[in-house]
Amino acid sequence: MLSRVQSAALVGVDAVPVDVEVDVSFGLPAFAIAGLAATSEQDARERVRAAVKNSHRDVPARRILVNLAPADVRKEGAAFDLPIALGLLVATGQLRPGVVDGVMAVGELSLDGRVRPTPGVLAVALLARRLGVRRLLVPNANASEAAAAGLAVVPVETVLEAVEVMEGRAAPRPVPAAPRESRVRHEVDFAEIKGQAHARRALVVAAAGGHHLLLLGPPGAGKTMLARRLPTILPPLGPDEALEVTKIHSVAGLVPPGVGLLSVRPFRAPHHTTSRQALVGGGSIPRPGELSLAHHGVLFLDELPEFHRDALEVLRQPLEEGVITIARVQMSVTLPARVMLAAAMNPCPCGYFGDARRPCGCTPPQVGRYRARISGPLLDRFDLHVEVPRLPPDDVAAAPAGEDSAVLRARVLAARVIQRRRFGRRRTGVNGRMSGRALRRFCPLEPGAAQLLRAATERLALSARAYDRVLRVSRTIADLDGVDSDEGITARHVAEALQYRLP
Amino acid sequence: MERLFRPHMTSAPVGTVLLASARYPARLRRIADPPALLYVRGEVRPEEAAVAIVGSRRATATGRLVTERLAAGLAQYGVTVVSGLARGIDAVAHHAALEAGGRTIAVLGCGPDIVYPPEHGGLLAAITRSGCVLSEFSPGTPPLSHHFPRRNRIIAGLALGVVVVEGDARSGALSTAASALNEGREVMATPGSVLNPLTRAPHALLRQGATLVESAEEVLAAVGLPVDPAGTGDGPMAGPMEQPEGAATLVWQALGTEPTHIDQIVDDSGLPAAEVAALLIELELRGLVRGLPGKHFIRVWRAREGAR
Repeated sequence: MLSRVQSAALVGVDAVPVDVEVDVSFGLPAFAIAGLAATSEQDARERVRAAVKNSHRDVPARRILVNLAPADVRKEGAAFDLPIALGLLVATGQLRPGVVDGVMAVGELSLDGRVRPTPGVLAVALLARRLGVRRLLVPNANASEAAAAGLAVVPVETVLEAVEVMEGRAAPRPVPAAPRESRVRHEVDFAEIKGQAHARRALVVAAAGGHHLLLLGPPGAGKTMLARRLPTILPPLGPDEALEVTKIHSVAGLVPPGVGLLSVRPFRAPHHTTSRQALVGGGSIPRPGELSLAHHGVLFLDELPEFHRDALEVLRQPLEEGVITIARVQMSVTLPARVMLAAAMNPCPCGYFGDARRPCGCTPPQVGRYRARISGPLLDRFDLHVEVPRLPPDDVAAAPAGEDSAVLRARVLAARVIQRRRFGRRRTGVNGRMSGRALRRFCPLEPGAAQLLRAATERLALSARAYDRVLRVSRTIADLDGVDSDEGITARHVAEALQYRLP
Repeated sequence: MERLFRPHMTSAPVGTVLLASARYPARLRRIADPPALLYVRGEVRPEEAAVAIVGSRRATATGRLVTERLAAGLAQYGVTVVSGLARGIDAVAHHAALEAGGRTIAVLGCGPDIVYPPEHGGLLAAITRSGCVLSEFSPGTPPLSHHFPRRNRIIAGLALGVVVVEGDARSGALSTAASALNEGREVMATPGSVLNPLTRAPHALLRQGATLVESAEEVLAAVGLPVDPAGTGDGPMAGPMEQPEGAATLVWQALGTEPTHIDQIVDDSGLPAAEVAALLIELELRGLVRGLPGKHFIRVWRAREGAR
């Protein structure tokens, strides 16, 4: 007898439909699965066999063939355990055939018949909603996450529970309510940073315009502390953004059980030994890397020159386009990668170049070589270069506590409102993504500002790209000042923007 | 070092001057141990008013500014600036003298055809054009560590006096000062912060009786050269040509002669960080303030009217 249960496989951060067909016939007893990615995945047979047996059901000594269709979609992971088990029960007459119609199921099985959580359930739920699936069976631990997609989900804890719910002998358990917090709580706050008036202001500008920024300073200056607080002043995640972020984290198995939608902007700080694949995503079935995990959030690269050069170079295009396309022999996958990049580095190998109190022991060629590790095109992506000084402990104790994140975020939000009005439904969205035409159109300079920028271009020897960066940043500073798009940018705005140029 | 050293060579013509030659620098001839033969690139003069400025290779921003001020000032008075082409203070002294349109002499611790440190190729060429490069080492000689004390005696020998700007307790500048003392030349030093480890050398010299100098005029007075009273205006610490106005005054007052960090300026002026950043750039573009690495800023002082 033949049965068919719907399931889904993950490709990149999205789910694609997969039909799980089970055929049981007479013949030499066997249990084969066709259509799985690797032979190692054949472990599913043993898990299903034990789980079914331990759920007081039979795996008859027949010829059992499982097919996961379509065959050309590469499938991996244990999420097909549950649909295979259900199909097997139907095919062997232990479950009425009608009850699996219009049902989609995902879940890994443990040998005792319990259903274990599996990655990517939100992506599957979004697919199920699109396909109009009647019932989506998900592991209980993933229930809140699946429910975020806005369709009826049936959380199940065991194979037996799944059988009973489908036969109508038990009511589906309620989906645990996961209240989406209206007020996002962060673990850190800008109020904890003392002094650093210049760097704080630079971070507000970066957050307001969505500009990538590079923090330069000696070890112990607080570059990481500052960057960590960047998400606290960014606007809260919108509903669509939250769904996307949760989906990506779910695929990577990073959504904690019982959590519905993630509400905090991601902050990812991969170590500098991170490989290219781990940074931008990869694998024979491409999976999201740190870059995609930081989607709609902050990707923080500490010790930027220490990163593998090829890993950094791959970042260039996604930073521009907001997506990363990973091409493999088997498939090509496009992953979301709309991040705000924050990076930190020492100004020179010893770290004290430009320090007021300690002479720098590096020779000019050493400093040059150190900086040259970051290619020009990558350096061009950073609109703001912020020098963070190291404060002596006494000064830190005496420094006034600064404004807290809520105050700074209010400023950022006001500037974002102006940008939303300016760009409307354009893909640009924020000043940090303006280029070419948009720059000329949206950055009119008042006469004084134009004069200042001309003088600066000459005296400070600004390159054409540096000129564009100053324009973009001045637009954001004007927005923070409440100057509308039709009014020009003043000399004061341009002057401040010049302060964030490459030193 | 000999094996590891891959010299950067130049192909510029090298001349020689014998001790007995009329072109040999007269003041150098009078030292106890004058080189019998000098390799020369550029124009060597038997008589000239020259002052040496030497100091640490790892100069601080303050040290560089002080050097710039002294060297540019001396150059404007027509005094030749002598130094050793090393990184840091030496290079700044040569640069500043050249930029002020003056003459400068670089004395090398290697062959006259070798560029050391290698990044000073352009500087070396500029000195050759409007000054001269001297060495007692034959072409092709690598820069070995024991050459430098010998080089230092030539620096001291060429000059009326030696100014030590910055250096730690083991600085080569001290050896130049010792040579100058042995030959009866004036030894001068610029004071600095006691917190700066690079003031050890100048402060040690001051303790031993070196002349404290703050400006080119004081250097000239110390070595006994006449100071042109017309040119000095209102003294060595003449203020800037124009004074800032409005909110910029608050920023200006927060600045000093030591590099000040932008956060300190924000604190002292009481202005928002955004405004301070903007005002500083405006002052910098007007040439009243100079930005230093690490978002430090310093007032630009002018030694004389029109000097820059």
